[in-house]
Amino acid sequence: MAEEKEPLFSKQNRALLTDPLDDNNPISVQVLGICSALAITVQLKPALVMSIAVLFVVIFSNVIVSLIRNLIPSRIRIIVQLLIVASLVILVDQILKAYAYDVSKELSVFVGLIITNCIVMGRLEAFALANGPWKSFLDGVGNGAGYALILVLVAFFRELLGSGKLFGFEVLGHKAKTIADSTGLYALGYENNGFMLLSPMALITVGIIIWFQRSKNRKLIEN
Amino acid sequence: MDYINIFVKSIFIDNMVFAYFLGMCSYLAVSKTVNTAVGLGAAVIFVLVVTVPVNFLMDTYLLRPGALSWLGEEYASIDLSFLSFIMFIAVIASMVQLVEMIVERFAPALYGALGIFLPLIAVNCAILGGSLFMQQKDFSNVGESAVYGLGSGIGWFLAILAIAAIREKIAYSNVPAPLKGLGITFIITGLMAIGFMSFSGIKL
Repeated sequence: MAEEKEPLFSKQNRALLTDPLDDNNPISVQVLGICSALAITVQLKPALVMSIAVLFVVIFSNVIVSLIRNLIPSRIRIIVQLLIVASLVILVDQILKAYAYDVSKELSVFVGLIITNCIVMGRLEAFALANGPWKSFLDGVGNGAGYALILVLVAFFRELLGSGKLFGFEVLGHKAKTIADSTGLYALGYENNGFMLLSPMALITVGIIIWFQRSKNRKLIEN
Repeated sequence: MDYINIFVKSIFIDNMVFAYFLGMCSYLAVSKTVNTAVGLGAAVIFVLVVTVPVNFLMDTYLLRPGALSWLGEEYASIDLSFLSFIMFIAVIASMVQLVEMIVERFAPALYGALGIFLPLIAVNCAILGGSLFMQQKDFSNVGESAVYGLGSGIGWFLAILAIAAIREKIAYSNVPAPLKGLGITFIITGLMAIGFMSFSGIKL
């Protein structure tokens, strides 16, 4: 582009968007925001709603903090940031309660815990305090998407292997009381692995995803 | 509910780390050696014991539907519960600040040991989680909520102590390179959580 200013999607800015998806993923590399990632991944639907909520909060808190970053005294910046994040989370919580009550019941305290989701605070501290609003916006989108990627991946495997469904649809066929009445895979004697629905399997699934990612991307290996 | 019931339940059955995955970020980040793990664990117990009862009082006398009725009849219909997130986090952040100042003034040695962890605690999910679960559990008085805070703190302390001890040992084992560090810690935590599930059948 022949502009004198830095173009909106310069190479550097595009890296802000794509880095958090793999090389700098908030969950599997930066180790941020794991608390909520694990507890709500039994099914795809709450995982997706949670991802959207976090995406919204990360983007807007990043932009707001970046706009007022020169006005915040650094001694009380944590409290200021927490209050901004908390107000955004209240907004999300009220919207969820009004338009998606079932999901909001399922997520229970985990909507509130977005406030202390380390991704939000981590990005505010590490990025928004030092960069302009547009860059912070891209950073928020990138990190929110990286978080969503892992969340949806974990929820996909847990719902598929644990209850044979995706988004509540029976993709592996219908399971009836006897094998003769069942359809799809269940007619062949397939059984759901109920263990996938229990919370420890979320940790082990994330562990395996990290294993897979690091064997593809060897520069991430720790010594 | 009696105190011992709440206490044992919050340590083993509703363990913050293994049952709800709360405070995982600092659990993973600060568990490389036992010493730092003990420091952070102690600080978490301390802050939970202080913030859960304070937030219980906030919830009972300010936020809950009808909580303002002590002001007079006309306030009884006010429901401020949508403000609970912001109130809880403000209480936690200011309590952490307060605790930090008090410890710095009266116990410099402890402050030296906890120093870096105290500000971190304000954004530890286990602390806010403790208050949010307290709100859901409908405790009948401050004592019960304090015992709940103590129990959850001790549960978190046990979890981080155990994983730190295991990680110190595992540094010498032959783990596949891509699993080293974070990956193996996740899987071990998963196995420990399966172990803790055996408590879930206990009825008190």
